[in-house]
Amino acid sequence: MSLFGQVHVKNKKYKIKGDFHHLTPNMPIRNADDGWKLMGVTNPRDMTYIHMYGGEAPFFEALGEGKLLATRCDNPDCEFKGTVYQPFRIHCADCLGRNTVIDMTENAKTTATVHTFMVCERSGAFNVLDKPIKFINIEFEGVDTILMSYLSIGEPEIGMKVVPIFRTKNPTYTILDLSWVPAGTKAEDLPEGFSL
Amino acid sequence: MIKFSEQQLKIPRLMKPVYLVTAGQSKFGRAIPEKRTEELCVDALTMAADMINMSPAELKKYIHSCYYGHFADHFGDQLLGEAVIHDRLGLDPLGNIGIKTGGATGGSTLWEAVKAVASGYSDCVLAMGWERMDEVPTDEGNFLISCAADKDWESPLGHIYTGYYAVMAQKYWQVFGKSEDSFRKTLAEISVKHHGYARMNPFAQSPMKITVDDVLNSPVVAFPLRVLDCCLMSVGAACAIICDEDTAMKLTKDSPHKPLRIWVGAGSHTLRPADRRDMDIPLLPNETADQYKDLGKRFPGGDRYPGFTGFLGARIAAYYGYGMAGVKDPNEDLDVLELHDAFTISDVQTYEDIGVRPYGEGRDYVESGDCYHTNPNTGKPGRLPSNISGGLIGCMHAVGATGIMQTFEVAMHIWNRWAEIHGDDKRWKEFSREKPEDWTDLQVKGAKRGMAISHAGVGSHVTSTILMDPDHLLKKDA
Ligand SMILES: [Zn+2]
Repeated sequence: MSLFGQVHVKNKKYKIKGDFHHLTPNMPIRNADDGWKLMGVTNPRDMTYIHMYGGEAPFFEALGEGKLLATRCDNPDCEFKGTVYQPFRIHCADCLGRNTVIDMTENAKTTATVHTFMVCERSGAFNVLDKPIKFINIEFEGVDTILMSYLSIGEPEIGMKVVPIFRTKNPTYTILDLSWVPAGTKAEDLPEGFSL
Repeated sequence: MIKFSEQQLKIPRLMKPVYLVTAGQSKFGRAIPEKRTEELCVDALTMAADMINMSPAELKKYIHSCYYGHFADHFGDQLLGEAVIHDRLGLDPLGNIGIKTGGATGGSTLWEAVKAVASGYSDCVLAMGWERMDEVPTDEGNFLISCAADKDWESPLGHIYTGYYAVMAQKYWQVFGKSEDSFRKTLAEISVKHHGYARMNPFAQSPMKITVDDVLNSPVVAFPLRVLDCCLMSVGAACAIICDEDTAMKLTKDSPHKPLRIWVGAGSHTLRPADRRDMDIPLLPNETADQYKDLGKRFPGGDRYPGFTGFLGARIAAYYGYGMAGVKDPNEDLDVLELHDAFTISDVQTYEDIGVRPYGEGRDYVESGDCYHTNPNTGKPGRLPSNISGGLIGCMHAVGATGIMQTFEVAMHIWNRWAEIHGDDKRWKEFSREKPEDWTDLQVKGAKRGMAISHAGVGSHVTSTILMDPDHLLKKDA
């Protein structure tokens, strides 16, 4: 049994452990209509990447702690000072100044509204969400952008009030740690590992 | 950005007139297991030479630099695949470059090619695009496509690009379609039209004689979008030869067609629709600010622009393209369109972005019958036919080739060669496809000007390629 590839950073260097690729033999592809002549080969490849979040890391860490962070441009010289970004944006789209990180958990709990949605019956490979997936795009008061996420309980509708839930038990440290449920949903009804 | 400066809104200017001289394409299919990509590219270039009665070797002598559109290295599993194709076409030691802008890769490749000629760097260039999407099964293919969304914020949500469009379809349907079943049917009509036109196209991958009910009963991919609302995954190649005036005249000396003037405009918007902030609608020459004052009143929820219902990138590409070529009103000035119908909904959204209809009224372009070769309401020629090729839904979406295929299709109408190319019995046979008993000539009669829209992501990159018969320009100094 091989060990999953693992990484930590020390002295600004990657320290890696385990297997970052797995060997699978290639196989010939033959033509059943023409005497099983050779036409090609399969090319297996399974590899683990090392991906850094940089300035977005606080956002992904906070999800596992039950907090939704956003950013705001506070640059007094910016033509659009005060713009609030969710998705969390490290730099202001207008002045490129470094944004201020803000905690918008309370705002999300009280003003989150479904802007649009869709229900996805199919998915691509590597999908880990249960199907059908209910995508929702969420608008918030005082936020200039519209976040894309998914609804874990109920049927989505435009204008519906929703509240965030967070995977605080065994977080994945990905965007999947954030989900939404209809306002008023009880804590005991949440999916395994999530809290309000 | 949500405000654009005067410098940014400058109408682009080419330093000299640029011409599309010829083009060619391979067969398109979901899988073409018997051929390597280079064989498909050779097919396309050979056809382009044949279109002007030249041999590939003769045509190659004129090519001075090369522009290669190939989007997805991970699909083909060959980094720097452009170099492989360049070598196999025997075009070393010419300078060449790869271009990738998602679904708009084909259009962007033409954009680069046109600028290379307009600047004087080259007198004749090759723009070649291809994609090979059959080297992984469909699920893995959907995963690879979803990698073009933001990998931290979007792709993990289902790894299915259709989903990112479906939220737009839902919003558009509820706001501008007022949740009416009739609007959903109009979307389905688009699929019926494009699969139907594909029946007359030997290159096309998905010819189908279907009804609105077939579309509405096809399996749901991401509600409200169903399988038959979606574009194809394809394998194939397409190319174009772009030249300055002298070379264009030389190359078409013995050709059945004349070279066409070409302009390409390009626009963009945020990769994540989530980042799109509210802004004023940038206007096209056939619009006034007044007409949108009450948009939110007429269509409650429709006052946020572009929100999840419009494509700013397409609007800006049209703005630059129309400005360069002198188009004031596409309905009056253009005769044929090829639009990027990645999904039936994005086709409708694009009608509005490019000013074929005002924002909110896109469905009328279909319902009026204007978008058809022959208007089903009147039996007369459609006012501004679109996607006679079958588009991305009926013909193909071999990503890097798509924008070039669309441009070639528009050119065939202006050259009055549509029936010759699409009706050729030999070609149907060579592609092992059966020419339908009721094969119909879909030549747009008297076409002099047309446009192809190439579009990426959920509107992240868009190009407008405008073609004109040089004897029917809209402005002298264009
Ligand atoms: Zn700023």
